[in-house]
Amino acid sequence: MTTAETFLYLSPELTLLLVAALVFVLDLVWRRDPDRAHRWLPWVAMGGLAVALIITVALMARNPSAHIATMMVIDPMSLFFVAIAIVGAMLVILSALDYIPARTPYVSEFYALVVVAVLAIAIIVSANDLILIYLGMEFLSITSYILVGFLKRNRGSVEGALKYFLYGAAASAVMLYGMSFLYGATGATDLEAIARVFSGGLTGDLALMGFPAIALLMVGFGFKASLVPFHQWAPDAYEGAPTPVTAFLATASKAAGFAIIARVLLVGLPMFQEKEWVPILMGLSILTMTLGNLVAIQQRDMKRLLAYSSIAQAGYILIGLVAIGRDVAFGGLSGLLVYLFAYLFTNIGAFVVVIAVENATGATDLPAYAGLIRRSPLLASMLLLFLLSLAGIPPTGGFLGKFLVFGAAIRAHFLTLAIIAIINSVIAAFYYLNVVRYMFFVQPPDGGRKAIAVTPAIRVALWVCAAMTLLIGVCAQPFVTWAAHSASLLAAVW
Amino acid sequence: MLLRLIFVVVSAFTLGFALLMVTARSLFHSALAMAASFLGVAALYILLEAEFLAGVQILIYVGAIAILIIFAIMLSRGTMRTAEPVVNKQWPFVAVVALSLFGLLAFLVSQVAWPARSAEPMGDPIAALGKAFVGPYVVPFEVASVLLVVAMIGAIIIAREKE
Repeated sequence: MTTAETFLYLSPELTLLLVAALVFVLDLVWRRDPDRAHRWLPWVAMGGLAVALIITVALMARNPSAHIATMMVIDPMSLFFVAIAIVGAMLVILSALDYIPARTPYVSEFYALVVVAVLAIAIIVSANDLILIYLGMEFLSITSYILVGFLKRNRGSVEGALKYFLYGAAASAVMLYGMSFLYGATGATDLEAIARVFSGGLTGDLALMGFPAIALLMVGFGFKASLVPFHQWAPDAYEGAPTPVTAFLATASKAAGFAIIARVLLVGLPMFQEKEWVPILMGLSILTMTLGNLVAIQQRDMKRLLAYSSIAQAGYILIGLVAIGRDVAFGGLSGLLVYLFAYLFTNIGAFVVVIAVENATGATDLPAYAGLIRRSPLLASMLLLFLLSLAGIPPTGGFLGKFLVFGAAIRAHFLTLAIIAIINSVIAAFYYLNVVRYMFFVQPPDGGRKAIAVTPAIRVALWVCAAMTLLIGVCAQPFVTWAAHSASLLAAVW
Repeated sequence: MLLRLIFVVVSAFTLGFALLMVTARSLFHSALAMAASFLGVAALYILLEAEFLAGVQILIYVGAIAILIIFAIMLSRGTMRTAEPVVNKQWPFVAVVALSLFGLLAFLVSQVAWPARSAEPMGDPIAALGKAFVGPYVVPFEVASVLLVVAMIGAIIIAREKE
């Protein structure tokens, strides 16, 4: 590949890097005029993200399968996740416009760090080498620790960041140990080279190594995707973090975790599918959705409830990977992509409502939502839509995701798993509808006379999320085709 | 034979200080034990004929990180003399899990026939390393640079007082 082509394929990453640098520099240039910086820099970041998104979509049209310096692969699958991260970050920035300046003096740094986090995700999802995977994971983690602890005068924010950091450090140490097994067995860090060595046939001794190596790797990856039992950081970090950051962690950052699980297992370790990673992922999936849902029922704080809900959702998403059979043409993987795409808008939308309520009342507990329908019909009906989508009720995107993923499980003959998932969805509907009950049927303490104002930026973010949530559900075909196409090139490697 | 003896001594030194680090009651003693353990790791690298890595280990881990941690401890109030217990009531459970994990991994490491290969000794490892950084490893190299900048900015945000 020529240098020009390398730069072309790296252009989304380079754009993100330039945008982050630009925001940092402009903040310094305008330091005597912080009002101007605070007013314009979010739009600089938004504009830069939009440019990166356009480039990413344009690259998708080229249908590439390009190896960059033996370390990265730019293919439809990685571009899909880059696009998810960019869109997520744009919605997060929109929703943070009023939230962040009211709480911290470091406004410009916040937007720049969100862009940097997208850059980290772009690197992780294209990484094809254990070294770069590790580095990218650390990059995203360190950026996320900073973002979670961004409100440093707020006890919860600092506590969440510290817990996130301590768990993250331990998880990546364990993950590195798993990587050292793979390197020790194959002498390679490149995923395709690892697969080549193993495809020569597993001698009895080396096959022993597969299960523990994958289990150790999953500690690090599962930490990012907040799978049980590596989820303990999530509720405290989600609750303490600035809510826009929570929205980012629960969607874009989680999607990156799934992207890396899919790539490492499918590209690097396909020969360990049947005996090793399918059982591991299935166990994790059942644990994750069941525990997430059972604990979510008891939550009285909306951010914590959504945290446990997003843990449970990770369990459903994981089914997509379990259900990749050799004969079902990657139905599971494309289902996973559709699920993540719908989940991006649904979950960010739910968090945007939380942000709007928090901006107005300062509270995130369930009673703050009492009688929301009278105080803000817009917020209440939007949250209703997002909760229905999270519960997987048609005609929403959440339904389509669940339908495809559970369907793939049934077609691949994982009936027990599908049944457990469906029971879990019913349990989940209970606590989602409990929030709806608060919004519509519980009397607000002040009689609901005090209306909640919704700023234009929040309004735009809400409408985008709602439109996409509905569009994916109603007009499913293009999204399913897109996801199947994004998954297909990974299948070709396989 | 001599090499094996040296290996046992160095490993015992490293592990002993690592154990001391996690069991010491005073945070300060932990930090000192950690520095000693880092030195042991550097000695292991020398045994593996990775002299450059050993030098880096001493310069960065012993020289910079351990010293920085010791400074941080000495400059923080109330951490020089802590009497916090080093175990909590979950320790028996954790000990069982940790020991069984250790047993499992030790079994694995000793049972698997790890393919060994005899690599040619490199003429000039540092030159080769430099070339690798701008050759096959250019992407991680650049990502690491960006990561360091971001970490520094983050550290400033966390540490700086701004009203």
